[in-house]
Amino acid sequence: MEVCGTHTVSIFRSGVRSVLPENIRLLSGPGCPVCVTAQREIDAFIEICRLPDVIVATFGDLMRVPGTVSTLQKERADGRDIRMVYSTMDALEIARKNPDKRVVFLGVGFETTAPTIAASILSARQEHLDNYLAYSAHKLVPPALTALLNTEQCEVDGFILPGHVSVIIGTLAYRPVFEQYRIPCAVTGFEPADILQGIFCLVEQIEDGSPRLANVYGRAVTADGNQKALALLDEVFEPVDAVWRGIGTIPLSGLKIRDAFEAHDAEKQLSFTVPPSEEPRGCACGDILTGARTPPECPLYRTVCSPTDPVGPCMVSSEGTCAAYYRYHAE
Amino acid sequence: MKKNERVLLDHGSGGKIAHRLTSDILLPLFDNSILSLLNDGAIFDIQGLRLAFSTDSYTVDPLFFPGGDIGDLAVNGTVNDIAMCGAVPSYLSMGLIIEEGFAMDKLEQILGSMKAAAEKAGVQVVTGDTKVVPKGAADKLFINTSGIGVIPDTVRVGSNLARPGDRVLVSGTIADHGITIMTQREGLAFDTPIQSDTAPLNHLVREMLAVSSQIHVLRDPTRGGVGTALNEIAEKSNVGIKVFEERIPVRGEVAGVCELLGFDPMYLANEGKLLAFVAADDADSVLAAMQANEFGRDACLIGEVVPDNPGRVVMETRIGGCRILDMLTGEQLPRIC
Repeated sequence: MEVCGTHTVSIFRSGVRSVLPENIRLLSGPGCPVCVTAQREIDAFIEICRLPDVIVATFGDLMRVPGTVSTLQKERADGRDIRMVYSTMDALEIARKNPDKRVVFLGVGFETTAPTIAASILSARQEHLDNYLAYSAHKLVPPALTALLNTEQCEVDGFILPGHVSVIIGTLAYRPVFEQYRIPCAVTGFEPADILQGIFCLVEQIEDGSPRLANVYGRAVTADGNQKALALLDEVFEPVDAVWRGIGTIPLSGLKIRDAFEAHDAEKQLSFTVPPSEEPRGCACGDILTGARTPPECPLYRTVCSPTDPVGPCMVSSEGTCAAYYRYHAE
Repeated sequence: MKKNERVLLDHGSGGKIAHRLTSDILLPLFDNSILSLLNDGAIFDIQGLRLAFSTDSYTVDPLFFPGGDIGDLAVNGTVNDIAMCGAVPSYLSMGLIIEEGFAMDKLEQILGSMKAAAEKAGVQVVTGDTKVVPKGAADKLFINTSGIGVIPDTVRVGSNLARPGDRVLVSGTIADHGITIMTQREGLAFDTPIQSDTAPLNHLVREMLAVSSQIHVLRDPTRGGVGTALNEIAEKSNVGIKVFEERIPVRGEVAGVCELLGFDPMYLANEGKLLAFVAADDADSVLAAMQANEFGRDACLIGEVVPDNPGRVVMETRIGGCRILDMLTGEQLPRIC
């Protein structure tokens, strides 16, 4: 299983599957940040953008994700002020230019992007930029692996571990889950050759019957990770139980903004009520995120659910498993 | 259309969602045999003369970008749409929609670019219209241009005319314009030497048609990029198209930005590139003619038309695998990580 959405897309784009023997089957895991974001959080984002005097700043992936009743894209067409940004530094700039508005950055992502949100909160505090708020829906990868391995239907023989996330957290972060389950692991880069090397490394481990926590992305990933980024994360956030779409609550798998920074915590500073959230009926996103089913095994796939009319987030995000299957006609 | 549905930016992206707007709403209302071909320009006869007629509106933000501005883009875009019909563009119209308060010197600069671009392309602006709207009713400046030109008797090109065996040529590096605009927009200050490729392609087309009577398709892959254009050609000609990833020219800087943001250069806009489908026998001579022109210097062969998988585009990847190259769905959005 490749855990990371960027791997999923790279595997399709480079045609890796078409050169593999039939007995190697690649499953896509819960590694598309948009896809694992809980329905309630998406609904909260919609409520936030409807508040008066609020500018919402967000990464592009979130725009089309369907909440229970709307999407950010539709809200923007309805006149809400929603700005697509490429980094939190741009969101800070919007806050500086609009002192009479509250600027809310929607923090969705894994350990890769979370440090940049932490950095923006620290900058906002330093600059006394009181109108800059962040909503933290961040998720952590290692607890999700544990949760996956605990599910009954899990038939994963080895993990292609994410490259970017591992640059931040280092290979040692996977040590506890590896020790507990003794499953072959390979931290892998994103070029086609990297991915093939990762698969080769897993096959060797499986054939030898000697699981390892291997790192075939040594040019970017160290054992200890990026200490500076990790310190930032620790200063601003604390681990919290989090709801993952399709998987449910995973202990200590999310990040909440520490009380010391509550002045910049959108959940604390804004008052809004999220109406009851409903997951799209019939959508198999949950099973797809855990590798229990592949997109063509979902009854909605290609019949009612397509990138032009997505039912679940896996069909929306560019890194979503369903969208990738659809785009590359992997049947 | 569903109740309460609104127009989204995706409806203008050139991808599948935009196609739906055309096929569900526009075509049923205006359907006729010329429009329904959905070519870049309309092709029809008037008193024995075959004409190509096309229109396009330009709303680019920012108005000025490395390599050009909205003015030369508006001239080149329409010149190219006419040229892709195999016609010799002659006359343009120009409609300006200006927001109240727009700086006069910028307007003059943009009109100066339009004049220079028209001269370079060898076309004349022969009619026009100017509207000024209240502040906020339009974003700074929008330009519409239409163009008309005569198609020589010997020329027959169209997106429906690709045949098995044809070679697929591209006139140079792809995605330059798309990435330039993306990196100039507010919120993404990338410092790159990438420039828009906006250019008139009518002279290039003339030189290509002079060396071959077997050019079957000409397309400028603007919105939606090369990937979308190839899919439209595969569909309209009911043929399969095979392209080779390693032959597709992408600048290193462009590839880098694409990787960072999760974009596929195959779906990014070009404003000075063309795709040509040429019978195998003539591919070398057409390629040589392209490479001799200033706007085709980096031209190369990227693929061929195949009899299998009609309507589909298949890419042979760098590692020797293969994958389907589908049409773009909507605007590409930068990913989170």
